[in-house]
Amino acid sequence: MLKGYIPPYNATVVQKLLDQGAVLLGKTNLDEFAMGSGSTDGIFGPVRNPWSYSKQYREKRKQSHHRADEDSNWLITGGSSGGSAAAVSAFTCFAALGSDTGGSTRNPAALCGLVGLKPTYGLVSRYGLIPLVNSMDVPGILTRCVDDAAIVLGVLAGHDPKDSTTTQDPVGPFILPILRDVSKLCIGIPKEYNVPELSSEMQAFWSKAADLFASKGAKVVEVSLPHTSYSIVCYHVLCTAEVASNMARFDGLEYGHRCNVNVSTEAMYAATRREGFNDVVRGRILSGNFFLLRENYDDYFVKAQKVRRLIANDFVKVFNSGVDVLLTPTTLSDAVPYLEFIKEDNRTRSAQDDIFTQSVNMAGLPAVNVPMALSSQGLPVGLQLIGRAFSDQQLLTVAKWFEEQVQFPVIQLQELVDNCPTFSQHEKLGLVSLKR
Amino acid sequence: MWRRTFRATLRAGLGPGATGAVAGAPGARVGSCRFAGSDSEKAAGPSPGGRVSAELIEHLERLALVDFRNREGVARLQAAIEFAGQLRAVDTDGVEPMESVLEDRCLYLRADEVVEGSCAEDLLQNSQQTVEEYFVAPLGRCYTEVTSLCQNKVNNIQS
Repeated sequence: MLKGYIPPYNATVVQKLLDQGAVLLGKTNLDEFAMGSGSTDGIFGPVRNPWSYSKQYREKRKQSHHRADEDSNWLITGGSSGGSAAAVSAFTCFAALGSDTGGSTRNPAALCGLVGLKPTYGLVSRYGLIPLVNSMDVPGILTRCVDDAAIVLGVLAGHDPKDSTTTQDPVGPFILPILRDVSKLCIGIPKEYNVPELSSEMQAFWSKAADLFASKGAKVVEVSLPHTSYSIVCYHVLCTAEVASNMARFDGLEYGHRCNVNVSTEAMYAATRREGFNDVVRGRILSGNFFLLRENYDDYFVKAQKVRRLIANDFVKVFNSGVDVLLTPTTLSDAVPYLEFIKEDNRTRSAQDDIFTQSVNMAGLPAVNVPMALSSQGLPVGLQLIGRAFSDQQLLTVAKWFEEQVQFPVIQLQELVDNCPTFSQHEKLGLVSLKR
Repeated sequence: MWRRTFRATLRAGLGPGATGAVAGAPGARVGSCRFAGSDSEKAAGPSPGGRVSAELIEHLERLALVDFRNREGVARLQAAIEFAGQLRAVDTDGVEPMESVLEDRCLYLRADEVVEGSCAEDLLQNSQQTVEEYFVAPLGRCYTEVTSLCQNKVNNIQS
């Protein structure tokens, strides 16, 4: 739909990076209009996870008697900001921007072994971010380490007169202290996140992470977020309704793709939209319009808004009870092969994959994926930390502590090793980060 | 202490729908089921819209200016409606709808003064059909040709 479109202005987040001297290398691939959890539904094709080509993964596959060099079984990056994740993961760039409405930054971060930050809603400007769900979207930040994410957040956060949903409160600076003592920290483990679909390996990593906090003196408690199970349905209604509205601007007249139909304006609109949108987007537009019909509005849209309040209140109650940070899985398992992922349709996959990340967007809270370890397949596994609203600095401080404890390994890509003789798995991540 | 409870929930195989203060109707356990198209987890009772009628489809297509009249599209819509029906299981008596997480804050609105603009040329560049400073739209508002046109286009592409 946006074929040939050259934006006549920069998004605030882009402008802020440029103002700080960032060199923009390019734009990355994603699921169309950020709808999806695999980065497989974009017009430029699916995105490949760089870990598919890593020494760590290939060696594990050889051990389990699979052909190590087979190209057809490459893995997905997760989505929808998969292109950004792949770029950072493969050392193409230091950092990349994504968007996060239901987990679209944290999900690919987990599958690509990156730090994926979803800032508090209202902290970073959405001006120039193509809206999906105006009340949940945030620009996401993908980096290889927590310090880099803090640096980028420091540049991007703050009031923007062009986005009335940004807070006017002073923010930052996001300089992270080194946390030495976690004994005053209270970590919450939401029991409803222990879903049957969670792989046993992920469960073990989650458990291990909680143990780690406890062993270093933090208080680790089980908490309850009773309405978690309704977040996907609630999101389904609110998202499709907002999409129905937000996608109405794409009509081929002022910008983007335009169909060569001249019978009437509406015929041109309809034909353009049919050609310009993929099935996923069109499906959501139709569903959204259904929920917004006068006879359905209260039963679906307003009902979903009420459920949203219940979900948001769950978090408020938990944080008010003394919990500082919640610790949860980010994804159900490590990255799966593309051929397996596409066996189910987009909506099914999104509903499955968003389970740990979605309610955070409902409540507008900050959350970050921190890569923890490699799975038995040699693939990244990450965990999610969720904080109180506008406690992004504290959240990242805890994330940095966790990152230091787990020492997630660097991806070993042959090209990198060949071209950079000093680059090895023993190099500190800091040498290839923004921080000097 | 959390660890014992964690292990207990693993053994008991508790899903998220089994806990909480909310009244759960059968089939309303979202977190523990496969979604969309799963026959075993449909919401209790018929959805308010009932089966998706041809009239409804036409009405939605008219509103959305997106056509989706093939069988797959209808099935997808039906599944989406049934999926959303699970919300009925949640007790929301006395709960106010939440429009924004920033509802407690006073948000800044810019003064209604023009401070930038005068970039008509830049904006017109992106359009495929313009005349002087106008975007050009085809004449007429007739919708009935739309769906047959779309169908023709599909047929042409497929043939």
